[in-house]
Amino acid sequence: MPRVSYTAPATVDEAVKALAGAAGLARVLSGGTDLLVQMKSGRVKPEVIVDTKHIPGLIGIREEGDCFVIGAATPGAMISADERLERAFPGIVEGVDLIGSTQIQGRASIAGNLCNASPAADSVPPVIAARATAVIVGPNGRREVPVEAIVTGPGRTSLAKGELVVEFRIPKPKPRQSDAYLRFIPRTEMDIAVVGCAVNVTLDGNGVCTDARVVLGAVAPTQLIVAGAAEALIGRKLDDDTLARLDSAAQAACHPITDKRGTIEYRTKVAGVLARRAAAIAFERAGVRPQSDSIPGAI
Amino acid sequence: MSKIHVTTVINGEPVEYLCEPQQTLLDVLRDELGLTGSKEGCGSGDCGACSVIVDGRLVCSCLMLGAEAAGRTVTTIEGVANGDTLHPVQQKFLEHAALQCGFCTPGLIVAAKALLDENLNPTEEETRYWLAGNLCRCTGYDKVIRAVLDAAAVMRGEAA
Repeated sequence: MPRVSYTAPATVDEAVKALAGAAGLARVLSGGTDLLVQMKSGRVKPEVIVDTKHIPGLIGIREEGDCFVIGAATPGAMISADERLERAFPGIVEGVDLIGSTQIQGRASIAGNLCNASPAADSVPPVIAARATAVIVGPNGRREVPVEAIVTGPGRTSLAKGELVVEFRIPKPKPRQSDAYLRFIPRTEMDIAVVGCAVNVTLDGNGVCTDARVVLGAVAPTQLIVAGAAEALIGRKLDDDTLARLDSAAQAACHPITDKRGTIEYRTKVAGVLARRAAAIAFERAGVRPQSDSIPGAI
Repeated sequence: MSKIHVTTVINGEPVEYLCEPQQTLLDVLRDELGLTGSKEGCGSGDCGACSVIVDGRLVCSCLMLGAEAAGRTVTTIEGVANGDTLHPVQQKFLEHAALQCGFCTPGLIVAAKALLDENLNPTEEETRYWLAGNLCRCTGYDKVIRAVLDAAAVMRGEAA
């Protein structure tokens, strides 16, 4: 690998200074499972890499009022092992769990998965579907944005020079709210999504959907929030007609590319299928989810 | 640019080394410390031949910088046996002949040890998923899985 400068600051302010003060490219190192591969191949040539894992709060999961807060550099293995998150957001845990091998899970973070800005990032659709926000700190202070505002295209983000994501804030689920994430790959493990789909729904006591978010991955340059798919669910129970409308809305939103993983037509068709299947799982989970007073981690 | 001075613990021993900022932990283990048990297969985190355990978590040492090991606790294949006594996973790899060329073996054994460190009673499915990031082109995996499950049984005190 070409020479770089490495720094492991103990505070967010020092990290911002190191990122903002670099003459050339500066990169955040959390798990490094994308960054180091890109540096080895020469695709990314940073002058400075800033290891954020020594900053208090950047690794860990905590509850703050009506939010779960996940530190930006928290490894996937820690997220998968967190029983509160598993109960509250099984879909987010499913997305995180699908990233790479056990070894990759030991290091890879949601912030890295997000800021690497791959359209196929598995953890990102369920996090967006949960209406999570990202807290960003930079030379001009702190801002909090919806997670969907960060990725602007393949390999591109809206982060300005010197800015880094420090944490994700995910509103705790309401009663009868749950989620699911499914991805399609031609095997069972260790591949990149042909299509990914997250569905997050809230039901009333009769099983009628009162709120929904459907997010597709790998079918456009960024993750897609499919408003039409949410509209297909809201106000309805999960029956064949609802599923058909959901399928059509998901397909209509796709504008994928053809590559070795799948053609435009194939990806579009699979997006509809995954939306139906993920919705069925999310509805089932939301339906059996008890009222808030008996579920730790709910409001 | 100067080298980075790192103080860490490897296989239970305090270790100090100097490394370049861009050197991976795998480079440091093999080229600076002479711990050549960890192998470089792909260098991109796909094959698992470089697997080590850092602070209790299984990672690819090719996807971690040597500088990042500062203050951590690292276990490599060289630290899996207890002196001359093989770890049950190593013993069962021998008994089941769960290897041919041997290149993937250190990584598989470290990965299997990490699994059994946190779950002494894994199912076959759990074991196969856990080891999905360790590629082996010789064995077809079946002997590997049987060796790991057998080692788990030994560690539970159920079998010889």
